[in-house]
Amino acid sequence: MPIKNNLSDTNTKATMANLINDDMDFEIRSLDSMCINDSQQQHPWWYNFKYLTIGIVFGIVFVKAEIISWFRIQEMFRLQSFHMFGVIGTAVVVGMISVWLIKKFSIKTIHGESISFHPKKFNKGQVYGGLLFGMGWALTGACPGPLFAQIGTGALVISVVLVSAIAGTWVYGYFRERLPH
Amino acid sequence: MMEFLKQPWTWYVAGAIIGLIVPALLIFGNKHFGISSNMRHICAACFPANIAYFKYNWKKEIWNFFFVGGVIIGAMIATVLLNSDSPIQVNQHLASDLAGYGITDFSGTVPKQLFSFESLFTLRGFIMMVIGGFLVGFGTRYAGGCTSGHSIMGLSNLQVPSFIATCCFMAGGFIMANLILPFILRL
Repeated sequence: MPIKNNLSDTNTKATMANLINDDMDFEIRSLDSMCINDSQQQHPWWYNFKYLTIGIVFGIVFVKAEIISWFRIQEMFRLQSFHMFGVIGTAVVVGMISVWLIKKFSIKTIHGESISFHPKKFNKGQVYGGLLFGMGWALTGACPGPLFAQIGTGALVISVVLVSAIAGTWVYGYFRERLPH
Repeated sequence: MMEFLKQPWTWYVAGAIIGLIVPALLIFGNKHFGISSNMRHICAACFPANIAYFKYNWKKEIWNFFFVGGVIIGAMIATVLLNSDSPIQVNQHLASDLAGYGITDFSGTVPKQLFSFESLFTLRGFIMMVIGGFLVGFGTRYAGGCTSGHSIMGLSNLQVPSFIATCCFMAGGFIMANLILPFILRL
């Protein structure tokens, strides 16, 4: 498109560069299917306290339902207790119904944005990574959420496990291109 | 009311509340339920080291830090205010099995005889905490999610890859707990 005005030309270029950067940024971020949703709205930082509140509820449930107990996880993997299967199963059913309702009635966020869903693509990482994570889960008795909750209950030694998990994440990022996906 | 809250919560109550976190996050801000990606954001914020996977604007995912911050605070609240004072009821088979490895203290969320700063410097403690943690971080990112991102959010959205991932989480756990862990506990 012909742009005569020099000033607007520079502006357009700047916007284009921003767009490309944003696209790149989005592309890298969305390598993780969890980070795809991108809001166009700008909110003050303290709006994030709504997520803190939801997190608090989650943390209380973790402790009170003994989901963060190493013993409950061992019972689950040894098929000695129904508890964890019941928790995860109920959560999945409730989650499924909720997502279905949100889609069916095109429910919007409290800020009026439409809620988006994205299909996940299969790759071999879900198998290899899944098996490795499963082993770590049985060893530590914690998936990532409970790691934080265990620290919250005062088991400070679990911060070692957390640091190690962050290191594992970093090493994955480092070798990502060379791993089979 | 407080007495009621102080008892251990049954599975369907806990499951229902966790399930409701999925629509809560979606409705409060179009966010997909997931915890493990915050460890990626920590890497991106603190040590990106010019690795492409960590070069993104992590500030857009800052909500996730608030979310896990809430999990830590929630766990503190539950421990301080809603403590039932009675140790958890461990399955008898598990209890007698663990006693064979010298694990007899069932009072904590994690067995104190395995997870402590002293045992960190034993081979058994090192494998359980350091290697275990590493597998959790490496595995979840490799799989693209954890129990929350895949097993709960992914399955809620009827995603086949999440189902495959969940089956592999379980398979890995079964292999470790039944076939490998007995050897580690013997160390």
